[in-house]
Amino acid sequence: MESCLKDQIGAVLLPGDVFTFIKTETISLTDTSKAEKIICGPGLRRNGDDVVVCKSGVLRHKHPNLYWVDSQQRRYVPVKGESVIGIITTKSGDVFKVDVGGSEQASLSYLAFEGATKRNRPNVQVGDLVYAQFLIANKDMEPELVCIDSSGRANGLGVFGAGGLLFKVSLGLVRRLLAPQNEIVKDLEKLYPCELVVGMNGRLWARAATVQKTLIVANLLESSENMTAQQRRTLFKRVADGNL
Amino acid sequence: MRDTPLSNCERDFLLKAIEEKKRLDGRQTYDYRNIKITFGTDYGCCFVDLGKTRVMAQVSCELVTPKESRPNEGIMFFNLELSPMASPAFELGRSSELLVKLNRQLERCLRNSKCIDTESLCVVSGEKVWQIRVDVHMLNHDGNLMDATSIAAIAALSHFKRPDVGIQGDEVTVYSPEERDPIALSIYHMPICVSFSFFQQGTYLLVDPCEREERVMDGLLMIAMNKHREICSIQSSGGIMLLKEQVLRCSKIASVKVSEITDLITKALENDKKARKEGRKCGFAESMPQERITALKTYETSVEMTDLTKQASDIVESAHARAEIALSPVLPAPGMGQVGTGLQNAWGLEDEDDEDDDDDEDGDEPEVTIVAEKRGNKEKRERPVVIISDSEEEEVVILNPESS
Repeated sequence: MESCLKDQIGAVLLPGDVFTFIKTETISLTDTSKAEKIICGPGLRRNGDDVVVCKSGVLRHKHPNLYWVDSQQRRYVPVKGESVIGIITTKSGDVFKVDVGGSEQASLSYLAFEGATKRNRPNVQVGDLVYAQFLIANKDMEPELVCIDSSGRANGLGVFGAGGLLFKVSLGLVRRLLAPQNEIVKDLEKLYPCELVVGMNGRLWARAATVQKTLIVANLLESSENMTAQQRRTLFKRVADGNL
Repeated sequence: MRDTPLSNCERDFLLKAIEEKKRLDGRQTYDYRNIKITFGTDYGCCFVDLGKTRVMAQVSCELVTPKESRPNEGIMFFNLELSPMASPAFELGRSSELLVKLNRQLERCLRNSKCIDTESLCVVSGEKVWQIRVDVHMLNHDGNLMDATSIAAIAALSHFKRPDVGIQGDEVTVYSPEERDPIALSIYHMPICVSFSFFQQGTYLLVDPCEREERVMDGLLMIAMNKHREICSIQSSGGIMLLKEQVLRCSKIASVKVSEITDLITKALENDKKARKEGRKCGFAESMPQERITALKTYETSVEMTDLTKQASDIVESAHARAEIALSPVLPAPGMGQVGTGLQNAWGLEDEDDEDDDDDEDGDEPEVTIVAEKRGNKEKRERPVVIISDSEEEEVVILNPESS
């Protein structure tokens, strides 16, 4: 059952592609048929006995039975537990409305900051950037963000963003940047020190020593999306040599 | 859907960068983004890429009755569409402030500057004139829609060809492109719009602002100019006070930019014309760059080989020898006329006889006999293509071969 999916690992799939699992007409008495289980990740959907592809991208597999389609989409769909960069759009009563790039604005309670109490309100202005985590992300409900973890610590979350630049990249690049031992980040580290905040919603925030360097970092990250490792290395080398 | 708000950090950073004479994409203050002009397969279809901003213009024409005030002038009609494809903030079917502003500016740029000879669009004075309609669709919005729109519109108008018309008495005949070559519009000059954005109450000036720069700018100055350095329209918005020197400086920059862009448009038009003449593939599909995501590519190329040999042998076995196509023994020779190619009589001869043809199939068919005259052709043909039947309903059609 898994074999037809396994054959296609690394192949480019398009929405509408169907994986049909061939059912044997006769049940052999000697072999004990075992039900195989697979887990469909993003981009794969079960439709009756088939598995249908609903995103375009590359099929990925994780041991033992996890399959998903690695797409390059730019539209973000909130997922519970993901950390995103949001922009505060309005302050209304005791919640902030935050734009996360999804179809709907998320709400962020003012109590969901580290050390915030009813008296001690956090200093958050409209237009500020927040790094927050999704507490509730349902398709039928307004998503809710928090800036603390379960123990009440900020743990890196909260308001940030003075002096840096926010820009948007595809969700695929963000996932690559967040992968452990990522080469892009390693190459960038060698170039010059910079601060980077990566939101799962495709937003990146970067800050380096000067405006010029920040712009270079931003443009390098944006352009490394469609480059091979070799191309990227040569580009980074050129930047390091200072002849761009 | 609402637009993504601009965060404070972006605003501060942009303003700081502009003070340091830096721009987001590494351009200089007076630099344009890359302009790419491509034409579609049809006449009057033009795509313009200005960086990531992308605009499509399509020109079409229609015969209408003219306005009573101007009975012998053609009508120009401009229509802009801001589709949600360009930006999620745009809504379909609603005329936003931006849309009205762009539409008005385009009209002022192209209609009021009289760059197109509207009198040549007159067919019958007071009765029939050509209405030239320019539809501009925004495909992607990354700032400076106006410049991209004006370039697309004028390039599409210069590329467009309207069908030829003939007037016999009261009858107006519109010829298809096969009958008569379509005619290009007569364009006197090419007005092109150049946008300048001002920051910090006019202290800093940028040419061709991108979307985020447009959001933080204080004021906008749009100058439409042609390459003869004639200003066709000028408009300032945003409510900032501009000095005389600033406007003069902008017009000087505009004249340089306009001549560059005009050269680009003429070159693109020439290339397209050449490609069409040589019968090469033209149209925007040919000129699209293939944007491939190569970063995640693996270099091994897998070819599906499962039961390939079996499939190949199956094809060889099951295939038949190609049947010989029975060629018609009648060979059309130069100077010989022939009616139809066997299926249908395309010459429009005696329709009423067709019914008779179907009825009697036993050799009594009336056949069209052709006697072709040979002039200046001394070759004697042994088997002339003259079929003479002994039917009573015989008709003789004499075809005079064309001298050419």
